[in-house]
Amino acid sequence: MAATVHGVQSYVAPRSLDEALAVLAGGGVSVLAGGTDLMPQARAGRRPLEPVLMNIRRVAGLGGVDLAGGSIRIGALVTVTELRDSALVRERLPPLWQACDQFASDQIRNVATVGGNLCNASPAGDTLVPLLALDASAVLAAGSGDARRTRRVPLAQFFTGPGRSCRQPDELLVAVEVPEPPAGSVGAFHKHGTRPALDISTISLAVAARRDGAVLRDVRIACGAVAPTPIRAPRAEAALEGRSPDAATIEAAAQAALQDVHPISDLRASDWYRRELVHNLLQRVLSHVSQL
Amino acid sequence: MSVNCDITFTLNGVARRLSVPLEMSTLELLRDQLGLTGTKYGCGEGECGACTVLVDGVSVNSCLMFAVDCDGRELVTVEGVIAGATGQRLRDSFVEKGAVQCGFCTPGLMVQATHLLARDPAPDEETIRRGIEGNLCRCTGYRKIIDAIATVAQGEHHG
Repeated sequence: MAATVHGVQSYVAPRSLDEALAVLAGGGVSVLAGGTDLMPQARAGRRPLEPVLMNIRRVAGLGGVDLAGGSIRIGALVTVTELRDSALVRERLPPLWQACDQFASDQIRNVATVGGNLCNASPAGDTLVPLLALDASAVLAAGSGDARRTRRVPLAQFFTGPGRSCRQPDELLVAVEVPEPPAGSVGAFHKHGTRPALDISTISLAVAARRDGAVLRDVRIACGAVAPTPIRAPRAEAALEGRSPDAATIEAAAQAALQDVHPISDLRASDWYRRELVHNLLQRVLSHVSQL
Repeated sequence: MSVNCDITFTLNGVARRLSVPLEMSTLELLRDQLGLTGTKYGCGEGECGACTVLVDGVSVNSCLMFAVDCDGRELVTVEGVIAGATGQRLRDSFVEKGAVQCGFCTPGLMVQATHLLARDPAPDEETIRRGIEGNLCRCTGYRKIIDAIATVAQGEHHG
């Protein structure tokens, strides 16, 4: 059990956002929330720890799942277990609830936070895909006191590469905001792996749309593990938009999705297999959604 | 050179004050610094559940938790679990059902089962299976472990 982590010089556990942002402004900070990604990545040398280890778990105001002003705000420190236990998430954001239900294991769900999952920015991150389909935005804060500034970045622009986001070093992700889905909203999440628990997705899919009579509108489809970041599938969305999700339309959307994805071959699957999965599983998820 | 930090926490009901290296995991703190070797080091990356402990009443992988993050919190290890009524019933039930072979996964499973029963005193089999999905056992094939937990659940439910 050799400790392979080097260079942490100080530990801080601020209690207020102002304090946390002041520490971040000083630079050289690793942000610790649940630690379920930070610890193994640091140990493996994939993401060495910075000189300052800042534990944000005691920062006030970063918890809670609340509906207000047409938006569901999820605090950055909300754990996957808390999302899974939330009636608001289960009833109003089914794709996110389903992703949380299939997330890792109980031990990890109890600790892992939504903010950490987003900032870790894995192309296969489980909550990222449904949040992208639900048109969520990341709320980023920087600066203390009067110099405080906050910006909202749609998740479609938040991820910039594997393990990378547009969060600046002096910024803290404080919340995720999801527009309240309108009446008639339908959606689903599907994750494919070799076993249900503790598996990194081979691919994952989330669909969100609004039923308007016989047709679907505001169709948003997101895919995980098929590109350097989680992505939307605009061609597949266009194939469904304003149409009735019959078998021919669903097949057209599944075909169109193959133009949207750019999978790689890795130890979990070949690019060919991932394409097959995207086509077949999108067909399955859309058939399911069309019957909701 | 490692830098240390002073932390205060409760371990199996006893208040502790310690100095821990900033990079240390809670698993290393328990095993190497405090000699509580009931908590096992399996994979060291949150895949196997052998290092499961309770922190503020919920189960976590201690290998993924920084020791400094124990500050101000309440930890219960398998040594603490076994001192409680549910822990004793689980131990007896694991023995009775033959749910232990090599025994390496057993402490983690006992702790996780304790958490599972605290959340849901009368879980059905599916809930038990889902509850222990983060604990690997390479000997038993899980059937006897599920039976052992279900037996305790039924006992607690009716008793």
